[in-house]
Amino acid sequence: MTSRPLFAILAASLLFTPALHAAPLAPDQQAVHVLNRLAFGPRPGDVERVQRMGVQQYIDEQLHPESIPMPPELSARLDALETVKRSAGAALGDYLELRKEVRNEEEGARQRRRIEQGRTMREEAEARLLRAVESPRQLEEVMVDFWFNHFNVFAGKGIDRALVASYERDAIRPYALGSFRALLGATARHPAMLFYLDNVVSSTPRPNAKGRAQGLNENYARELMELHTLGVDAGYTQRDVTELARMLTGWTFDQRRLVRDGETFRFDAGRHDKGAKTWLGHDIAPNGQGEGEYALDVLAMHPATARHISFQLAQYFVSDTPPPALVERMSRTWLASQGDIRAVLKTLFSSSEFMDSEAAGAKFKTPYQFVVSAARASSAPLVNVGPLVSTMNQLGMPLYGCQTPDGYKNTQEAWLNPDALTRRIAFATALAQGRLPLGTKPALAPPPPAPPMQNLAGSDASPAMFAPPPPAPAAPPVPLDAARLQATLAGSLSPRTAGTIARSPDNLRAAMLLGSPDFMQH
Amino acid sequence: MQRRDFLNTLALGAGIMLPLGRHAWAVTGTGTADSPTRRKLVVVMLRGAVDGLNVVAPVGDENYLRLRPGIGLAGPGMENGALDLDGYFGLHPALASLQPLWQQKKLAFVHASGSPDATRSHFDAQDYMESATPGRKSTPDGWMNRLVTSLPGTATPSRLLGIGPVMPRILAGQAAAVNLPNVSSATRADILDRPAIGAAFDQLYAGHPRFGRAYEDGRKAHREVMMAAAETPQMQAADRGAPLPNGFPDDAARLATLMRNDPKIQMAFVALGGWDTHVGQGAGTGQLANRLAPLGQGLAVLAERLGSLFDDTVVVVMSEFGRTARENGTGGTDHGHGNVMWVMGGKVSGGRVYGDWQGLEEAALNEGRDLPVTTDFRSVLAQIAEQHLLLSDKQLNQVFPAMPQKPASFRLFGA
Repeated sequence: MTSRPLFAILAASLLFTPALHAAPLAPDQQAVHVLNRLAFGPRPGDVERVQRMGVQQYIDEQLHPESIPMPPELSARLDALETVKRSAGAALGDYLELRKEVRNEEEGARQRRRIEQGRTMREEAEARLLRAVESPRQLEEVMVDFWFNHFNVFAGKGIDRALVASYERDAIRPYALGSFRALLGATARHPAMLFYLDNVVSSTPRPNAKGRAQGLNENYARELMELHTLGVDAGYTQRDVTELARMLTGWTFDQRRLVRDGETFRFDAGRHDKGAKTWLGHDIAPNGQGEGEYALDVLAMHPATARHISFQLAQYFVSDTPPPALVERMSRTWLASQGDIRAVLKTLFSSSEFMDSEAAGAKFKTPYQFVVSAARASSAPLVNVGPLVSTMNQLGMPLYGCQTPDGYKNTQEAWLNPDALTRRIAFATALAQGRLPLGTKPALAPPPPAPPMQNLAGSDASPAMFAPPPPAPAAPPVPLDAARLQATLAGSLSPRTAGTIARSPDNLRAAMLLGSPDFMQH
Repeated sequence: MQRRDFLNTLALGAGIMLPLGRHAWAVTGTGTADSPTRRKLVVVMLRGAVDGLNVVAPVGDENYLRLRPGIGLAGPGMENGALDLDGYFGLHPALASLQPLWQQKKLAFVHASGSPDATRSHFDAQDYMESATPGRKSTPDGWMNRLVTSLPGTATPSRLLGIGPVMPRILAGQAAAVNLPNVSSATRADILDRPAIGAAFDQLYAGHPRFGRAYEDGRKAHREVMMAAAETPQMQAADRGAPLPNGFPDDAARLATLMRNDPKIQMAFVALGGWDTHVGQGAGTGQLANRLAPLGQGLAVLAERLGSLFDDTVVVVMSEFGRTARENGTGGTDHGHGNVMWVMGGKVSGGRVYGDWQGLEEAALNEGRDLPVTTDFRSVLAQIAEQHLLLSDKQLNQVFPAMPQKPASFRLFGA
């Protein structure tokens, strides 16, 4: 497990929290809770709708997203995002063509590339955020967020800029509620992952076509066990890392074939290390690509993987320090169901630990969850996702901008800090006062060149892809309707917050609702 | 303090930022020679494991280029060659901006240093380096926070400063700490500076059990930092109008201004990423060089802009582990073990590469692949805490619990 204990500051603050006793949530609170966890918070009318249909029915429906029709207007808007729809090969072809033009110093090439990359990034953000805010298949969007971070790739690394849309669409989304083994295989064979963690260049020691020596790279093999499957404390050794890297030699792709034929993966037998290996106590007879497939089989069904990912799911959905008994039951479901993600989630959602008053509101929203839930609660027409994107940048969580393979954390200790609260309040206030141009089509702004030194935490990891809001909007800003917002969020408000807001000036109430302590958590 | 708050309120009430420089309040007497916050510490963490063998490269070792035929640095005097340090070690040429500090003996290195824990996981190793309890994941706080807690004087939120959008583990704990996403943005007025909005949110957050403290720390630190950020005309003259590149050099320059203006700022932490060079890291030029150059420039700017305060400052650069002694099959290096720590400051006994260096022969390597750790990183930090920040033995035990008793074989100060 990579869980870290809560900071002393938080532990201390808990002492002053009124003692919460484990108690099942009342039915009306259950509706709020499932909307906060299986969805990115309620939109107006959602709480009543879930109460009417029944919480269990809502959960069942969300576990089967294909049973929920997509609104045609949302489908049409997603369909219009041309750069997101491109195949991996087409996107890479466009990217490489622009890079070639820039290298050849062709007239206007840099400008063209800035515009094209800005458009690609804008459309990718729009596709992700439109779905997160507006899709009725909310659990699917929640799981895309979870799995993308679990199998993170960084869009800022070279050609992954071109491949990230395909990665999410082809390797993550189709498997978000399906078989873990299929998900693991899809990420392992996707060019975005092969490139990000360098397996694309890993090889048995030999001279390459130019006569230069090439050889083993253990980056992917290590993270495959540490992050994607077993977990760091599962007891494997450096030797296991090296042996797994050898088994995975030859798992690669060829950029030219990808562009020309759409071939996203190839097993290159010439790169493969054909010697015998010993890995996790197994003797591995030489078997080409089969060695890597076998490794994925073993890893997907390993008890350590079941525990590691059950812990992470429980941490995401229940609390930063999830109850061990729940993690244990989820692990058992994992092993009994051959890693069926939907079955494991069923165990989670039907548990008393999940539907408990201690779990409700226990999670501190990540910046992503915060901006998406605010957009949902406000129900503002979402034409321009730029303000959401730039707020995530400021809060240290740029979309597709996590540089490290562990992805973004979802714990309070990772995201609660003095500066973040002020910035969240600033966003809440601007949204409430109608000063965010969410409903105005964005002006295109070319991204600046990437900075030479990037702060790991990401403050400057993502180029700006949106122009600043127009200086003077033609129409005066339309503030949010505070009464409507209050009705939407009533179930999550403490009496103290509700009382303070009731005593405050009308024109500040919507801002206070979205910037309240109660809206920081879910 | 009261005077500052008053001025602050006045400025905000009028809806403008008064250009207050240190002259507006430096007369109040904080930060004098005996102030508990006079001695400063800046920690720069290179997340991703920087390749220490190419930062301070043993170019005089016959094994060096054998292990690194493609990425090893050429010797001093060659094209893109290392900069000679002591006839055996050479500094990466991209760090030329640090050469003057080396020559003034204000910059030292401790080679083959690091964490005794054998993990090659970035995330565990960073965690251990920030908690200073290798092998123990349950430590709730970071060592810089424990350090501030154990020092005399009151902990104001800006005494412990992180630069970055999130709060790093090293700063977490009992004492107040704040993070600034970047120093320039922290110096502008924010939404809570509008009186009606500030008052409304103060009511929502005052004494809130979960978020009250973070909110209040943010408000206080913002006021302090806005006051301290103003540059005096002398400082602007010292900048010579040369704009610095974005990122670390700019942040370092602004941090120096903050530290000079606000004597209460005692410790700062900056994390920089992008050092995980598995593929094509280059030698004298290339990927690693491109990352080292702004780092060196920023450190040099920090030293310069701190002015006389540099004599009271120690800057440490560290990274979670080193990289393989041998280059890998893809022109890069994989996760290793021992690394090099950088220590600079006006009172540091610099101009030397310290540590128990055992060479690069096969038998000397850890597990036949990496530099061994012959100096525990905590013994370097403890020496700084003891001799620069004047911690007692008892306090040292609180900051670095369960540290091995073997002291370092060298003295970074007063040698």
